[in-house]
Amino acid sequence: MSEELKVPTMAQYMAEGKQPEVLFWVGCAGSFDDRAKKITKAFVKILNKIGVDFAVLGTEESCTGDPAKRAGNEFLFQMQAMTNIEVLNSYEVKKIVTACPHCFNTIKNEYPSLGGEYKIVHHTQFLKGLMDEGRLKIEGGKFKGKRITYHDPCYLGRGNGEYEAPRELLKKLDVELVEMKSCKQKGLCCGAGGAQMFKDAEKGDKEVNVHRTEEAIETKPDAIAAGCPFCNTMMTDGVKTKEKENDIEVLDVVEMIANAEDL
Amino acid sequence: MQFIPQILFLLALGFGLVFFARNVQRMRRNIKLGRDLDRSDQKDKRLSKMLRVAMGQSKMVTKPIAGTLHVIVYVGFVIINIEVLEIIIDGLFGTHRVFSFIGPAYGFLIGSFEILALLVAVSVILFWIRRNIIKIKRFILTEMKGWPKNDANYILYIELVLMILFLTMNGADLHLQQVGAAGYAHEAGVVGAFPISQYIAPFFEGMAEASVIVIERAAWWMHILGILFFLNYLYYSKHLHILLAFPNVYFSNLKPQGEFRNLEAVTDEVKMMMDPDADPFAEPEAGDEEEMPEKFGASDVQDLSWFQLLSSYTCTECGRCTAECPANQTGKLLSPRKIMMSTRDRLEEVGEGLNKDKNFKPEDDGKQLLDDYITREELWACTTCNACVEACPVGIDPLSIIMDMRQYLVMEESAAPSELNGAMTNIENNGAPWPYNQQDRLGWAEEA
Ligand code: SF4
Ligand code: SF4
Repeated sequence: MSEELKVPTMAQYMAEGKQPEVLFWVGCAGSFDDRAKKITKAFVKILNKIGVDFAVLGTEESCTGDPAKRAGNEFLFQMQAMTNIEVLNSYEVKKIVTACPHCFNTIKNEYPSLGGEYKIVHHTQFLKGLMDEGRLKIEGGKFKGKRITYHDPCYLGRGNGEYEAPRELLKKLDVELVEMKSCKQKGLCCGAGGAQMFKDAEKGDKEVNVHRTEEAIETKPDAIAAGCPFCNTMMTDGVKTKEKENDIEVLDVVEMIANAEDL
Repeated sequence: MQFIPQILFLLALGFGLVFFARNVQRMRRNIKLGRDLDRSDQKDKRLSKMLRVAMGQSKMVTKPIAGTLHVIVYVGFVIINIEVLEIIIDGLFGTHRVFSFIGPAYGFLIGSFEILALLVAVSVILFWIRRNIIKIKRFILTEMKGWPKNDANYILYIELVLMILFLTMNGADLHLQQVGAAGYAHEAGVVGAFPISQYIAPFFEGMAEASVIVIERAAWWMHILGILFFLNYLYYSKHLHILLAFPNVYFSNLKPQGEFRNLEAVTDEVKMMMDPDADPFAEPEAGDEEEMPEKFGASDVQDLSWFQLLSSYTCTECGRCTAECPANQTGKLLSPRKIMMSTRDRLEEVGEGLNKDKNFKPEDDGKQLLDDYITREELWACTTCNACVEACPVGIDPLSIIMDMRQYLVMEESAAPSELNGAMTNIENNGAPWPYNQQDRLGWAEEA
């Protein structure tokens, strides 16, 4: 359980003259936010366990610029993007995986026209790929038969049309997947996107995350599954506001897989 | 004497079409105030999206009740218009049911029109009930007070009246054909089939032939004048979508919804800043000046693209976007539908200025889209979740307008909310929106 994580950096690989199979883009939340760091670690545990040859940029990674762009600061966004692209291109990176849908969307869609063309996948897509190849075996474990509802991150679902990979992973865990009133194309936002995470909400009669959490609670779940560190924070806060933190866990899909594997 | 009705008809038709052409012209002029945007690519994909979404109404039916009723009214509208062609020819040449020469198929056509007309009338009544009695929430939100509410109802009234006139006209016509009235009787007997109006025809029995002719003529005239009125009402109404839904879907965004456009002018500048060899004092290359926009983002309608302006005219004010909007659902001021309505209102105001003086500039009246029509509070409430874009049945992207206006606020006015300024400073200095040191980015790996 407490064995050390093996997290090689691109710089180390470069020094050895090697290229990893894939670059793991950790993202700001995954690097610094206490809750999101657990997701990062769960993902790395799985990668380590099945021997995926990956590396991170470590201290050479920087914000993709998503919040700046969505706040309207195109200058700052493009500065960030071009700095990152320079680093990625200097390592000749071809394939990237990330556990953050915002990083995923930005690198996938907004980097190419600035000179950064990579094949990037969301971690749920990556894990599903490993599962299809037979490298990752997922079995029920702790969540078998539990009622789980999955919250679609806007930038993975509507933004890029990926609704199935995370659901297929959950089904493999033998959970009872229950859908919220608004899901998939109609999925309701957690309230964090568009740089809202970094500011107070405008005047209204409710917080968006509480509204979404109420929809989740209506499905009477044992846990809420998410695929985004920001959604995770929002839903966790929502569950606390509703004083349900003892009944309902909020977990990333990859944490559920790691839990099932007892990692 | 006998040509007078034909001449009057020609005048009415000519007047109706000229007025309509003038409105289309004004609309084109207003839309062209917008910035360039290249949507001339991928013609096949655009065409098939148009067939699917606009013609096939694929997004309408995601709400089954409204969707089905809408498909009925839409199909009815399109098909019954074939009959309008006959009405125009009859009107111009003084003929009676000129298409009847095609034989039994004519009966089938008229019969289908009648059945559709009844279905349209029923649907329109149900639509009215949804708006005015059940008061479905998206129809009664704040931006739907006053004109937008009345507009929606007027259209329903016009459509209902048109259908009633059409059926009355047919009923009277059938009666006149049956009694062999001059100008109505055909050698072949009764032409056309009248599955619905056959129940109206008996009301005319016992009436003087001349009176029935008056009723038939009155219904005929009011029906066609009503259609000409409707055609010209469109420009002032959310009902423009019956024409503009097609080009709007055709020119809509084909890229993933998550992708926001990168501003090329910014790219050039950032490249300059990052290039150690660049000479900051170098003369700009010839032609470069044109590419540099006068301002970043949008504070008024002419800063938006022509497509966004086209969309403002296309918006049906259905509120499907607003009903899905997380900000609106939680009581924030933001409503993506209102973003589109405000854009159109401001564009019309600028258009009015241009009608009076063709050298009018949007700056001249001291008003603009930002603040006078769309407040900052609305703009900052958006989570960029794309729910509105996904929901829109006619390919409108209200989010793109919100983003363009945010860009103006941040890049031209440095007017972001202060917490956001903090986050942006952090990104600039530490490479993360929080005040952590970039050197600690791998800290998690040691924590195990
Ligand atoms: S993108 Fe903005 S305006 Fe559109 S639904 Fe989401 S929060 Fe509302
Ligand atoms: S933008 Fe689209 S969804 Fe919103 S009101 Fe207009 S037509 Fe309806």
